[in-house]
Amino acid sequence: MSAATPPLQPPIVDPAQTFGSVTDKISSIVLSKKSPLVWLVGFGIAFSLTMLLLYSIGYLLVKGIGIWGVNVPVGWGFDIVNFVWWIGIGHAGTLISAILLLLRQTWRNSINRFAEAMTLFAVACAGLYPVLHLGRPWLMYWLFPYPNTMGLWPQFRSPLVWDVFAVSTYASVSLLFWFVGLIPDLATLRDRSQHRFARFAYGILAMGWRGSARHWQVYDTCSLLLAGLATPLVVSVHTVVSFDFAVGLIPGWHATIFPPYFVAGAIYSGFAMVMTLAIPLRKIYGLEGLITMRHLQNMAKVMLATGLIVAYGYMVEAFMAWYSGNPYERFMIWNRMTGPYAMGYWALIFCNVIAPQTLWSSKIRNSVPVLFVLSIIVNIGMWLERFIIVVTSLHRDFLPSSWGMYRPTVWDWSTFAGTIGLFAALLFLFIRFLPMISIFEIRQILPQAEVTEPQK
Amino acid sequence: MTSKPIYGLMAEFDNPSALVSAARSARNAGYRKLDAYTPYPVEELHEALNLHKNKLPLLVLIGGVFGCLAGYGLEYWTSAVAYPLNIGGRPFHSILSFIPVAFETTILAAAVTAVLGMLALNGLPMPYHPVFNVERFALASRNRFFLCIEAADPKFDRERTAKFLEELGPREVSEVAE
Repeated sequence: MSAATPPLQPPIVDPAQTFGSVTDKISSIVLSKKSPLVWLVGFGIAFSLTMLLLYSIGYLLVKGIGIWGVNVPVGWGFDIVNFVWWIGIGHAGTLISAILLLLRQTWRNSINRFAEAMTLFAVACAGLYPVLHLGRPWLMYWLFPYPNTMGLWPQFRSPLVWDVFAVSTYASVSLLFWFVGLIPDLATLRDRSQHRFARFAYGILAMGWRGSARHWQVYDTCSLLLAGLATPLVVSVHTVVSFDFAVGLIPGWHATIFPPYFVAGAIYSGFAMVMTLAIPLRKIYGLEGLITMRHLQNMAKVMLATGLIVAYGYMVEAFMAWYSGNPYERFMIWNRMTGPYAMGYWALIFCNVIAPQTLWSSKIRNSVPVLFVLSIIVNIGMWLERFIIVVTSLHRDFLPSSWGMYRPTVWDWSTFAGTIGLFAALLFLFIRFLPMISIFEIRQILPQAEVTEPQK
Repeated sequence: MTSKPIYGLMAEFDNPSALVSAARSARNAGYRKLDAYTPYPVEELHEALNLHKNKLPLLVLIGGVFGCLAGYGLEYWTSAVAYPLNIGGRPFHSILSFIPVAFETTILAAAVTAVLGMLALNGLPMPYHPVFNVERFALASRNRFFLCIEAADPKFDRERTAKFLEELGPREVSEVAE
């Protein structure tokens, strides 16, 4: 064993950074009067797409879900595909903020804040779909248990009701976790802003945080407890989402591999999305000293690992279809590979299984443009995965007489584009008004933060 | 010096090590009503200031147990008592099917307790606090470390405490107006 030279790893943050420089760098993005041109253009596009979303929803409310391509036998189309895709993307934020905190992976401190914001916004987009799919979205409160004059209660044996609880708990806990993490940074913004209104707004949000050692102690306990609670929560959410499928009897859905395979897929797509966002952000705002190559490499490794679990899931699906000897299962997988949606299946295998194998090479992991392209390929691949699972399983089930095809309409596409716009618009606003990197957690990992005491 | 009552005396330090050793010296000198202010959590201060374990974990446990019982109780009451519905012959009290929702309500109640408990134990929100009267205290959220000895401390004496703080090698010692 040659332990003489430690493996060459780039530092977590640029060693030239100090408490002051980190604070000024991150808070100036929020406190400056000017927005970069890229921000204005990006927000403009995102805002237009959000308007498209509003238009699509408005038309949906007038006409009903007949404007979408869903029909018998494919009753779950883009709405459920996109719901699962968005909620999966959210999972990386919770993983980074909670699980990596418990594992004391300090490199997470540079990316947890905007990954958590990404979680919130992705869950907001995800939550829209099932509600719109209800047909009468204005009655969505019927999903919750409340005493009503009809004397009805939700059916707690149904996975769809579990989903309501899982997703709403997930959204609430993610919001709490994110807000608690923001409090000390809001105090920093309060103390540093020049503008009276900004000072007042951040002051109200910071709730009088003053960085007392007694407060920090309780605060740290709170963060750890929230992380400990969010960790099983995040696993449960996508498990419950997979129950929506796995508890049903449709070939292609009724599989015990679904929960772990869905959770791994969620983390996979989420890390891809974090990468897609982090690479342009660090470039535009000059944050290469805080979101370093080390972060991108680590994220690439997580993507590779979760991608392999997902690949294993595809293999098990095919193997179980053959090994079960069930003709419907066999037909389902054969239909996926050679049927009318075969293009989608093979594109998904390329995006999720073949393309990410390039990440084994450290040269690829060091190349920012290649990582960016790969992260987009994985995002597309994970979307295709959900499309294949939802649509190919439904469109040809047990009886050939009830077979059909699903073709998304222009309204399916406009709603999808609209949620991407909503997601981006919320993210742009977040970047403008809140610190996108956790300032106090970066201070914590600077070499300056080490306490050296004379030994007595 | 004016004779108006003050909240306490505050010393400003450059780095966490200086603050930790100053906090320790102040405790050793017999001061008890003191607090340190830092831009990020400094674990060494817990021991230097002799901070006790906080009660938050217990509160969160209570919150979680409450959430679990409330969630499961709701499921049992609605499915078996208030609105029993026979679905394919499944038992009204379907224990396994009730686990996911009870789990989610456990987490939700525990997380809400954690956040509200943290705020309550810290006495937040508190928009006004005397330490904000010190102009340089704005740097406590940037790169400076403060130690404040409160006037309520029995050992506190305006002159002597100020002299004591000066000896700890701070950048500056200032009075905190009430």
